[in-house]
Formats: sequence, structure tokens, C-alpha cells
Amino acid sequence: MSDVQAQSVRDFVANEARLLNRGRYQDWLGLFASDGRYWVPLGGDVQHESDVHNALANEDRLLLGLRVARLLAGRAHSQQPASRSAHVIQLPLVDQVDDHAAEVYTPFTYVESRGEQQVWLAGHWCHRLRREEGAWRIALKRVNLLNAGAAHAAIQLFP
Amino acid sequence: MSAVPPTKPVHPLVQDSCVHRDLYTDAALFEQERHRFFARSWLFAGHGSQIPASGDFITLDLSGQPVLLLRDAQGEIRAFFNRCAHKGSKLYTLAQGHAGKMLRCPYHAWSYRLDGKPLTVPLKEGYVGTGLDSSPSGQGLTLLPGVRVYREFVFVRLSPEGMDFEAYFGDALKAIDNMVERSPVGRLEVAGGVLRNTIACNWKMYLENINDAVHPVSSHESASSAARQLWQGHGSDEPMPMAMEQMLPFANGYEYFDRMGARIHPQGHSLLGVNFSIHSAYAVPPDYQAALEASWGAERTHEVLQRSPQNAVLYPSIALKGSPLSMRVIRPVAVNRTVVEAWSFRAVGAPDLLLERAMTYNRLVFSPMSVVAHDDVHLFESIQDGLLAMGNPWVSLHRNLDAIENAQSKADTNSANEWLMRNQYRAWAQTMAQPLASEHA
Repeated sequence: MSDVQAQSVRDFVANEARLLNRGRYQDWLGLFASDGRYWVPLGGDVQHESDVHNALANEDRLLLGLRVARLLAGRAHSQQPASRSAHVIQLPLVDQVDDHAAEVYTPFTYVESRGEQQVWLAGHWCHRLRREEGAWRIALKRVNLLNAGAAHAAIQLFP
Repeated sequence: MSAVPPTKPVHPLVQDSCVHRDLYTDAALFEQERHRFFARSWLFAGHGSQIPASGDFITLDLSGQPVLLLRDAQGEIRAFFNRCAHKGSKLYTLAQGHAGKMLRCPYHAWSYRLDGKPLTVPLKEGYVGTGLDSSPSGQGLTLLPGVRVYREFVFVRLSPEGMDFEAYFGDALKAIDNMVERSPVGRLEVAGGVLRNTIACNWKMYLENINDAVHPVSSHESASSAARQLWQGHGSDEPMPMAMEQMLPFANGYEYFDRMGARIHPQGHSLLGVNFSIHSAYAVPPDYQAALEASWGAERTHEVLQRSPQNAVLYPSIALKGSPLSMRVIRPVAVNRTVVEAWSFRAVGAPDLLLERAMTYNRLVFSPMSVVAHDDVHLFESIQDGLLAMGNPWVSLHRNLDAIENAQSKADTNSANEWLMRNQYRAWAQTMAQPLASEHA
């Protein structure tokens, strides 16, 4: 693992968080590989990938695209007023990286605010990245919430 | 249709055509509801597959009451108040677990048999002659006054008062039969985890909305139009992903949603989508159909499979779907707070596809992260605030009101008919107005 490679992974994750914090959802979508997936398992970090267990969200590009299109069309009742989010991330820990793939662990706290309401979540991201045409792309973004199985208020953006 | 003459209200806040906002906003009324309505109704508590072995338990809060469901040494399901007979500590605080051969309170180690009878207490000699044996504290755990297990669905009644189980549900239980008989061996298992939501609204709005065939057109426009536009770019020969198969029917129009048909049952129960529903087009694997026919015969299999209602409501605690095998559980927490859970079922002996459909549908439509639910939840919470407005205190339920309703407790009708909701409030008003035993002179 070279320092340059590891730094490029950390930069990727930090930049991803910034895109979400700035509401640039279309650009964020562009970070996913064509077969990339965004997964928020209902069992949190103890859920295995092979478990037959549900998720708060388990979305491929098509469903993420639907989510982003709905947000950007400006016609969603639940977005009046609109939601905004802040991801406060710890320094990403690069567990593995080579020229083609990387795995990285990033603890976060997440605040989603909308009008007078605020949702506060915490957990960690597990990214599986793949190198495509000279750039990192998300093969899997797994979001392990501390309280995934709790009764949640609406989470409208992307923890 | 001729003008509908008003009838004398059973409860001052429930008229033929509308209900008063206090039903949704008055905290004192919510407290009354707990004693007068929920305690005397049959409420869903759990499913037998959650506690398969003797000593297995689940705990839950049911209308403000701590409840412990347990499988006893004989394999029967028991329901207790989750409260030690000594000083009131809950016996268990985990949502699910295994007690072993006896129950033991963590505070002073009072222990109980699996049927709730007292077993031992430490320093026994200190109780000789104290009257413990004849006091309520010496009788062991308190059983819930009513427990009925119907095809593994466990229903309880918190109060000794109220209707008996069969009279309370009647034919509405056929919705459970339809789910269970989707398994060739007649057995369902809770699977895939439970998605849980907390919504800042009164429970009634959620239950009304389950029967509201008119709202999808306007409420879910943002999700359904995004789905439609996205899918338009794909070729017609491309196989439709399950998510699209489940999302696109939300884009249907008013006429479609009105033709689904609805069935009114007594006591507030109902069936929406008697003729068809947004779930009707899901493909049935051929081997699966053959397996069902081997168990139930061709006629019954056809009956089970052709019935994919939008929602069957067993008022006031659950809403069921046969396909996908999904259940919503509605748990009132406060006058303006409701927890809604989405459960998925595995039909034992059926293809994995059925569980996958249930989990996918629940995730797409009932998850806290669902874009369909986001608009519903926003609107329920908006109503909760909006109803505080001074001036007009009434919520209109006039659509398709007809005088025949007062004479009929069971009927088939059009699905946009707000009879489905008026039916819930008639049942609510009857139970609320019924004197408690303590009120009889």
C-alpha cells in the first residue's frame, strides 16, 4: 500500500462527503460504478452480506437515480421545506488499497435538518472502491448505523 | 342519491359524515382511548415463529402496557404483564430472548414457572405469617385477560371486558388464512427483520390512510413520476426489476384506484382491493402453484392466489397483504406519536422469491428511508399540526356517504368510498361509548 494510493482513497471519501453536504446529488451519483450499490443494512454492522435480512435502503444506480430525480424535480411534498445534511467524518482508515481496488472504514456522525426538525445519526461507512478509467468509483457503500433497527423518523437524504 | 338524514351520534365527536379533530389532537381523549378502546379491543402482539421453543420470549409495549409473550413448557403461548409480582421490575428488557426452564426477576431473584405460577423467593422464612401467600403479590405473574393464537398470529386483549375473539374479527380473519395458505405446508415465519418508523401523528391518520385509495395520485406523484420517467428510457423487452414492478403501479389514476373495490366488515375491519390491486400483476412461479394445488386443491389455490388485496385491516392494530407477504403493525405511543412497523413473512415451502418480494416492498414503501413513505409521513405530520387550526373543527369523510350504511355492517363497495373510514369510526365510537364495568351503577 503506497502513501499516494492511500491518500487518494482518503481524498475520495472526504470529497464524497462534501458533495452530499453541498446537496450535489447528481455529482454524487456519478461517483458510483455502473453496478455500484448503496446499502444501509437493518442489522447494522453485525449483518453479514449473505444474510437474508432487510435494509433501510439497498439501492442500485437505478433506484438511487430515482431518489435523486425526485429530489431535484422539486415536486416532493416532503421536501417543502427541503432537507439538508452534514456528514462529519473521522479520518478514513484505508484497510486495503492497490492499483485496482480499495477498502476504507470511515466513522461519521450525520445530521439531517429540515425546517425546525433535525435527525441525528451515527455509525460508520465501509466503502469498497474500484479503479475505473483512472478514477475511484464506488462498488459498494455500506452505511452501518448504530441504531439501524430503532424506530426512525424519516431519513430523507443519504447518511 | 337522496340527502342522508343524520342519525343520533353514539359518541359526540363522531357524526355520520365527519369526525371531530379532538380524535387526533386531544391528549385527554388519548388517555381515555387506552382504557376504553384499546384495552377492550383485540390487538396483535406477536407471531408464534418468534418464540419457537419452550422458554422463548418476546417483550413489547402494547398501548402503554409492558407485555411478555412466552412459550411455556407445554408449548402453549402465554401472555403476561411484564412486571415482577414483587416490586414491579420488568422480568426481561431484551426485545427477544430465552428464559430457560423458569423466569427469574433480576432485582431480588423472585422466580416463576413458565406458566407464571410462583416458584421460589430468597429468604423464604421471612414471609411466614406475613400474608404474602394470599396477597396479589403471592399469586405469581399476571396473565393478560385475553390471548388467542390464530394460525400463529397472537392477539391479546388487555382488559377482561370486550367482545370475544370470534365475534370481534369474524370473516375478517380470512385475510390471515390467505397469507398462511400461500405456504404449501400452511406455515409462515417472521423473517428478514422489522422496519420501524416513528411518526409525529395520531395513530388514526395512519390507519385511515391504509384504506385511502385516492391519495396515491396526488401524495405519491413525485415518486411515481420519477419512477415512470426513469423506466421510460428502458427498452420494452428489458425484464423489469422487482423494484420497478412494485413502484410503477403507484402511477395509476383515480379511476384505477376506485375500481379496486372494497369490503366493509363489522368492528372497523376492511379489505381494500377486492377485485384487483397494485400487487395483482406479480408473476406466480409455476412449480409453486403446483405445490399449493397439491396441498389445497386447484379451486382453493386459485382463490388464494387471485386475491392480492391492497390492504386488509384488522382494526385497530394491523394491516396485511397476501402478496407481498407483508404486515404493518400500528402502535399508538402518544396522542401525536405513532410507531409503525413493517414485517415480512417467509411462507415455508414456497420459493425464496416470495420473501424477497415482501422485503423489497417493505423497504421501498415502508422504510424510514422510503421515498413513498416520505410524502405520506410529511402529510400525516402536516395534518397533526393543521388540525390545531381554530375554526372548522371537523374532518370530512363525506365521499359516497349513503343512508344504507347505517343498516349494513357488511358490504362490498367502491374503493374510493370513505365508508371504509366511517366504518372505523363507527366501531371506535361504539367501543368508546360502551360503559366500563366500573361505570355500571
